[in-house]
Amino acid sequence: MELFVILGIVVVLVLLLVGLYNGLVGRRNRVDEALAQIEVQLKRRWDLIPNLVNAVKGYMGFEQKVLTDVTEARAAAVSAGAQGVAAQAQAENMLTSTLRSLFAVVENYPDLKANQNVLDLQEQLTTTENQISFSRQHYNSTVLDFNTAIQTIPAVFVAGMFGFTKRDFFDAEPEASGVPKVDLSLG
Amino acid sequence: MPDTSFYAQQTANRRQSIVLAAVVVVLLGGLGFTIGVAATGEPSGGIGTMGIAGILAIILSLGSYFGGDRLVLAASGAKAVDERTAPQLTNIVRELAIAANVPMPKVYLIEDSAPNAFATGRDPKHASVAVTTGLLQKLDREELQGVIGHELSHVRNLDIRFSLLVGVLVGSIALLADFFLRFTFWGGGRRSRSGRDGGGGLQAIMFVLALVLAIVAPIAARLVQLAVSRQREYLADASSVELTRNPYGLERALAKIGTDREVLEVANRATQHLYFANPIKKWEERASGLFATHPPIVDRVNRLRQLTGEGPLAASEVAALAGLD
Repeated sequence: MELFVILGIVVVLVLLLVGLYNGLVGRRNRVDEALAQIEVQLKRRWDLIPNLVNAVKGYMGFEQKVLTDVTEARAAAVSAGAQGVAAQAQAENMLTSTLRSLFAVVENYPDLKANQNVLDLQEQLTTTENQISFSRQHYNSTVLDFNTAIQTIPAVFVAGMFGFTKRDFFDAEPEASGVPKVDLSLG
Repeated sequence: MPDTSFYAQQTANRRQSIVLAAVVVVLLGGLGFTIGVAATGEPSGGIGTMGIAGILAIILSLGSYFGGDRLVLAASGAKAVDERTAPQLTNIVRELAIAANVPMPKVYLIEDSAPNAFATGRDPKHASVAVTTGLLQKLDREELQGVIGHELSHVRNLDIRFSLLVGVLVGSIALLADFFLRFTFWGGGRRSRSGRDGGGGLQAIMFVLALVLAIVAPIAARLVQLAVSRQREYLADASSVELTRNPYGLERALAKIGTDREVLEVANRATQHLYFANPIKKWEERASGLFATHPPIVDRVNRLRQLTGEGPLAASEVAALAGLD
């Protein structure tokens, strides 16, 4: 009789553990899937940038610096891809802001603004950037869900044992670095 | 978490869709029964017509659930487009599908200069978004994002399923009532009444009842459609801002569409509640009223301004927002 009670308790515990484990795996897969979605779009952006640089190169005698900034930021972002989510997010944010200055410069060239090839590339980069930012929101919410799950009872007792560790957020541009410093002193 | 509101809305829409389908069956069955009794003068005469009407209602509900979207798209003259034929539109839909976390819907274009849009389908996996060529011409990218965000909110909230069934309810009741009124005027009921004097009292009562039902039922159905769809429009506007994180695009889009004086030719009474803004009426007539499928544009703009903590605008200021002053 006692044997059956003990056996019953063990079976229930094992079932609970299995349920817990499967739930965590499901959440972790959603995080991975969301990250893969971002990576597809980041890669697409890396592929589009050389085309844009080539298309505007001829027009922009004076703004070579903008182009080299974009090219360098792209290279940095590509190599940051292997260094984890946090480093990659930072490099991609850098790339986004150099692209913004590039488009701002394009506004000064009526010829460029009327060039269909440039317009197409601009639209493609705009949509890619929007997709990246929407995917990032989605990714961050799956990370929040996963991190909360492994840090709360009951999963917190077994998460370490099963090898579930906290994931990094894909951060948006930090507010502080986006605010330009204004110096009002006259000296 | 922001998700709770739309999960609640999805659940409500699932439940209400089933209730609505049941209401269609009961209402049409009841109407069929009444008509049968009125025509023959005997309660047993109503059972056959009730059965026929009930089966008709079930077929209509199932048909609209599975094929209503195609019917609506075909009736509106919508043509499928892709990355090559409408790159910017397809891009915007893809962006917001990611934001709303729904599969990429099919994208359609309607050849019409009046700016408007709608979404339809039975669930997010079988959804379609249609916009007019006028919308693409008159709105900039940010404004288009606001409108598409609104439509994809309808998709995500499952409003599209409910709207399809509302279309059937309203359409089928109007159909049956029309049929019945015609039947009465052509003397179908009168002939049997003069032939059977005995059941005259009961028959007259049933006849009057049938007539009242035939007049009241379509009106009641319309009112349900209206009250329900206006609440949905406000919610979809708010959800659109939640997706795009930009209330100003949608605000300007509403102002532009609201002040546009063109009438969408392909819209009709059975499809008007699907659209982004009421497609049938002109600006002056879009004012508030019991029979409006959509809230007045000014109210929608002002509800968005509440979200951003800005003061409400008067109608003339909304027109100025559209750049038309």
